[in-house]
Amino acid sequence: MIKIAAVVPAYNEEESITNVVSSLHALQLSGVELLPVVVNDCSIDRTADIVSKLEIQPNTSKLVLLDLPVNLGIGGAVQTGFRYAFEKGFDYAVQVDGDGQHSAAEIPKLLEALQATDSNVAIGSRFIQKEGFQSTGMRRMGINYLKNLIRLFTGLSILDNTSGFRMLDRKALSLVNEYYPDEYPEPESIIIYVKNKLKIIEVPVSMNERQGGVSSIRYFDQLYYMVKVSLAIIYSYIRNK
Amino acid sequence: MEQDISYRIQIISIVVSLIFLFYVSRLIVKGKLREEYAIFWVIGTVLLIIFSFWRKGLDIFAELVGVYSPPNLVFTAAIFAVFIYLIHLSVVVSKLHDKNKTMAQELALTKAELKEQSKDKKIKESDD
Repeated sequence: MIKIAAVVPAYNEEESITNVVSSLHALQLSGVELLPVVVNDCSIDRTADIVSKLEIQPNTSKLVLLDLPVNLGIGGAVQTGFRYAFEKGFDYAVQVDGDGQHSAAEIPKLLEALQATDSNVAIGSRFIQKEGFQSTGMRRMGINYLKNLIRLFTGLSILDNTSGFRMLDRKALSLVNEYYPDEYPEPESIIIYVKNKLKIIEVPVSMNERQGGVSSIRYFDQLYYMVKVSLAIIYSYIRNK
Repeated sequence: MEQDISYRIQIISIVVSLIFLFYVSRLIVKGKLREEYAIFWVIGTVLLIIFSFWRKGLDIFAELVGVYSPPNLVFTAAIFAVFIYLIHLSVVVSKLHDKNKTMAQELALTKAELKEQSKDKKIKESDD
């Protein structure tokens, strides 16, 4: 039996969290046990309430809620879930955003790709087969810039480097258990994986437009995002481990 | 007259330095400022007091490092010291940020663990 933790970082996702959890529960794979691990990043709406209620209902009780006492941002929240998965001995952990962008039905693709290619990290990518929601023009430009920056430092071309839809094996989890960036962790973590000689594979998946809530990256933050992530990538590369 | 003015600034700087030293000391005594962060302020204030009394000292040091106008040495040194201290504070904040993150995560994980244990206990009790 393969044990997978589906880490769902959630910040103010009261509109979509029930759907995300039930879609994870609906996923039946032979030989696989999937446990949703919702990380509530100190939401100010009813996210925590909703999840605790799901937790005590018999048909949705296969669920773990990690309730952060202070807001840590997406990276800190995701890391909490990954740490849980690592400490509890899960074989894999997959990040599924609480806003409904990532569909549970695509999880098997990540798992198959990891197993078939003997990789450590599988990144779900919107841009390989160009299916489903493709993000907006400005963002595509940013993602393209990051692709070039990451290629400069690692030689790897990761098309959808800001995708949070990722599956990690235990080797990757043990690394993330030690260190994971707080803010905008996706592009930076690629560098960290490569520096620690993990094998990354990009897997074509289809994504949805978010079902509710607001993106963690709003319009005015985009310049800051680019500068911060660029710096983070450069310094992660220079850093020893 | 000129002598009078320069004495005036000397007195003002001594008084201000002493007030500052007193204020920093009070903060330490009341436990609002940890000693490791107070060191910077205490040393800075002591230097100010020394140079307030020893007026020639500033000229001597200015000449030593090749600064034409002694007041410029004061500004340069002060700005430099403040920059260094600001970087130090940023480091302190970053460290606190990391520690805070780890504590929050541990807390969330421990809460989940507790809940799981009480769940297990309930199941056991209902089995008995």
